[in-house]
Amino acid sequence: MNMVTNELTANSSQLTAQKIWPLLEEVSDPEVPVLSILDLGIVRGVAIEGEQITVTITPTYSGCPAMSAIATDIRLRLLAEGYNRVVIKNQLSPAWTTDWMSAAGRAKLEEYGIAPPVDGTATGHMLNLFGKETAVRCPLCKSEHTHLVSQFGSTACKALYQCDDCREPFDYFKCHA
Amino acid sequence: MLRLMTPTQPEVSAVPTPPPASNPLFPFVLQLADTSLILAHRLSEWCGHGPVLEQDLALANIALDLLGEARSYYQYAAELEGQGRTEDDLAYLRSAVEYRNPLLVEQPNGDFAHTIVRQFLFDVFHYELLIELKAGPDTQLAAIAEKSLKEAAYHRKWSAEWMIRLGDGTPESRQRIEKALRTLWRYAAELTSPTPLELDLHTLGLVPDYAELQARAAAYITHVFAEATLPVPTEAFRQPGGKLGRHSEHLGYLLAELQYMQRTYPGLTW
Repeated sequence: MNMVTNELTANSSQLTAQKIWPLLEEVSDPEVPVLSILDLGIVRGVAIEGEQITVTITPTYSGCPAMSAIATDIRLRLLAEGYNRVVIKNQLSPAWTTDWMSAAGRAKLEEYGIAPPVDGTATGHMLNLFGKETAVRCPLCKSEHTHLVSQFGSTACKALYQCDDCREPFDYFKCHA
Repeated sequence: MLRLMTPTQPEVSAVPTPPPASNPLFPFVLQLADTSLILAHRLSEWCGHGPVLEQDLALANIALDLLGEARSYYQYAAELEGQGRTEDDLAYLRSAVEYRNPLLVEQPNGDFAHTIVRQFLFDVFHYELLIELKAGPDTQLAAIAEKSLKEAAYHRKWSAEWMIRLGDGTPESRQRIEKALRTLWRYAAELTSPTPLELDLHTLGLVPDYAELQARAAAYITHVFAEATLPVPTEAFRQPGGKLGRHSEHLGYLLAELQYMQRTYPGLTW
């Protein structure tokens, strides 16, 4: 390796995935800026091959318009550290699920005013028409006395709820499993 | 590393490589892409015009999901074709007769009831199809289907609930949904009527058995219509053609808008 090029710095010759992960923690979801892409669970892998860094990401929803912005942000963050051989791979399977969202991410979401996903409420809910709505806690007053306004909200990953106690309308990050 | 060590040298192959044999899956994946794109475009026409804000958002969200699904199919189709065309070339530079979407999805929005009937008939079929493709032998098609199935479940729930609300709603909503059914029912059968291409691919195990799919879709439609107190239409008239490139006049107008930028400024990027 040293025979080929002298330009390799000590830093890059010791390039490991462990050096890259903390940098990805600093890249946030452009639509929910309080979450890092690691909190969101969309980074599926980091692979190092020589000088090349391959970051594999998966979309939350098929049409998520944030994906290209996220890919650009990853490149920029790595470039700032001098890593310029970066490949972003898009992987569809296994399909993203809110199970991959970190506990820290869930806490940050609620603090930010978005109710985090309530696990285990995806499948049955979708099959029963006019079925019982998921009980979602109001991120503002913490009341469980809330109702679904619309299954489709401000972004593909959220539904719209309203609190029956404090009347706050709020986003709910849908359970997607 | 290997590339770095090898000095740059000109290509030495004298014989031009022949174009790869066309992949039989290519036209089918393209058909799936066209179907999702055209319906996504129709739904996006509602943006800012929905009956209430929440339903306007729902329509735009569903459009976005379908657009994302269409992109995945177009990217895969471009790869299968292997002729250097990109997803954008396939979406923006093919004429109406080259499009392979079924007629249902290109039908105009009409009123909200009309859009709901079109969406429901599509969603029921789409959901069942994705279940089969997800379990199919082609890994990339299965990956796209796995991703989209989760979204299609939301779509079907939304349109089924609206079928029930409107069918079992007021005299006005009922009259509108019946009118939409009279117009659109004839296009539903094409979704599950296999073309010669689909029959060929079925024998290769790449496309599911449409008869079975049709039976499952019909069972769900019957269930929802019963809840909506609507009789399942018995009209025998069918209007296929889109999957063979024979379209209604509506598609040309739709593509004129969808493809306007690339046709006016070829190669434009932003």
